Amino acid sequence: MVDNSEFDDIPGTTVFTATRSHEGFHLNQFCMSLMKAENRERFKSDERGYLDEWPMTEEQKQAVLDRDYNAMIARGGNIYFLAKIFSTDGVSFQTAAASMTGMSVEEYAAMMLHGGRSPEGVRSIREGN
Amino acid sequence: MARITAGVTTSHVPAIGAAFDQALEDTEYWAPVFGGYKWSQEWIAHERPDVIVLAYNDHASAFSLEMIPTFAIGCADEYRVADEGFGPRPVPNVMGHPDLACHLAQSLILDEFDMTVVNQMDVDHGLTVPLSLMFGRTDRWPVKVIPLAVNVVQYPPPTGERCFKLGQAIRRAVASYDEDLNVQVWGTGGMSHQLQGTRAGLINKEFDDAFLDNMVENPDALRRISHFEYLRESGSEGIELVMWLIMRGALGDDVTMLHRFYHVPASNTAVGHLILKPSTRE
Repeated sequence: MVDNSEFDDIPGTTVFTATRSHEGFHLNQFCMSLMKAENRERFKSDERGYLDEWPMTEEQKQAVLDRDYNAMIARGGNIYFLAKIFSTDGVSFQTAAASMTGMSVEEYAAMMLHGGRSPEGVRSIREGN
Repeated sequence: MARITAGVTTSHVPAIGAAFDQALEDTEYWAPVFGGYKWSQEWIAHERPDVIVLAYNDHASAFSLEMIPTFAIGCADEYRVADEGFGPRPVPNVMGHPDLACHLAQSLILDEFDMTVVNQMDVDHGLTVPLSLMFGRTDRWPVKVIPLAVNVVQYPPPTGERCFKLGQAIRRAVASYDEDLNVQVWGTGGMSHQLQGTRAGLINKEFDDAFLDNMVENPDALRRISHFEYLRESGSEGIELVMWLIMRGALGDDVTMLHRFYHVPASNTAVGHLILKPSTRE
């Protein structure tokens, strides 16, 4: 039996398995639709109405409306698909990434300029390293 | 006879493409990134490869979640540049080499690599950013490209060992192609980076340095890296590095390093770049 429980030991990380892909199928396919300019326009003019065309869960829709990327990932979203949302918003990958860490955009950018987030202490919850 | 004359690895960060498209290469932030490819551009202008077998991953552009091929090889005449949500990059369409691609597809499948054959797809930054970094601005890419799309979006990607062996099989297949072609194999993506969750921004220079060392000296050590180790040590998106092993497997046992470059950051990512040549005695 496939056992992915070891992934839960990596802090702040969600691995996009086939199970999560199944859960997030419609959420991610909605994101995919934003690759067409006319769909982006329709989404921007009525986000709620556009989302209601997709058989997504209410939680998934709310997470999109809130631009809460951690919540979208928790409900099966994959970052490469979700990127279509922040691209539609004209938001950079770095800004979107910062929003998931709880840091301000400036703090996050400064961290990256200084070599990024060290792996020290964020490898394993169990081992605390 | 076609022959593999060199291998290139490079990160394919989308922000590099955006910076290039906005002519920001000389700005304080981007100059150190693009500076690492100056030598490479001069080198490749002299090398004049005919075809590049370019291992990259599609980022939810050509492949949605409807179908997720582990290894897909492009056999088309031409590939359009994907609109990834902000309009297509303003770079030329990519011309394929269908004859060699079909030869590779058949050879690889009969060599027990179950390739998905793609006759139409758009290519995204994973493929076009490496071309921009190596060839700069152009109205026409001076090379034919065979896209080799590797799934690293949905877990699990193919193992590093499998990618290495695919590279070895590509080497055999290229050697059995009659036309005299100068072929390069590129492996793209990486290095360490994580784009999601509270651990976003992870960079592991120590891991990356060792990976760059071992690409030259000890690829067997890289073949043994587990997916769990990639995820934990190089970040959830650092697992793209398995694609570098396709290039390394395609070059044979011994290589000579011509160029090495590493820089942090480009947006969220550690940029790594190598140019290797198969050693002459092979």
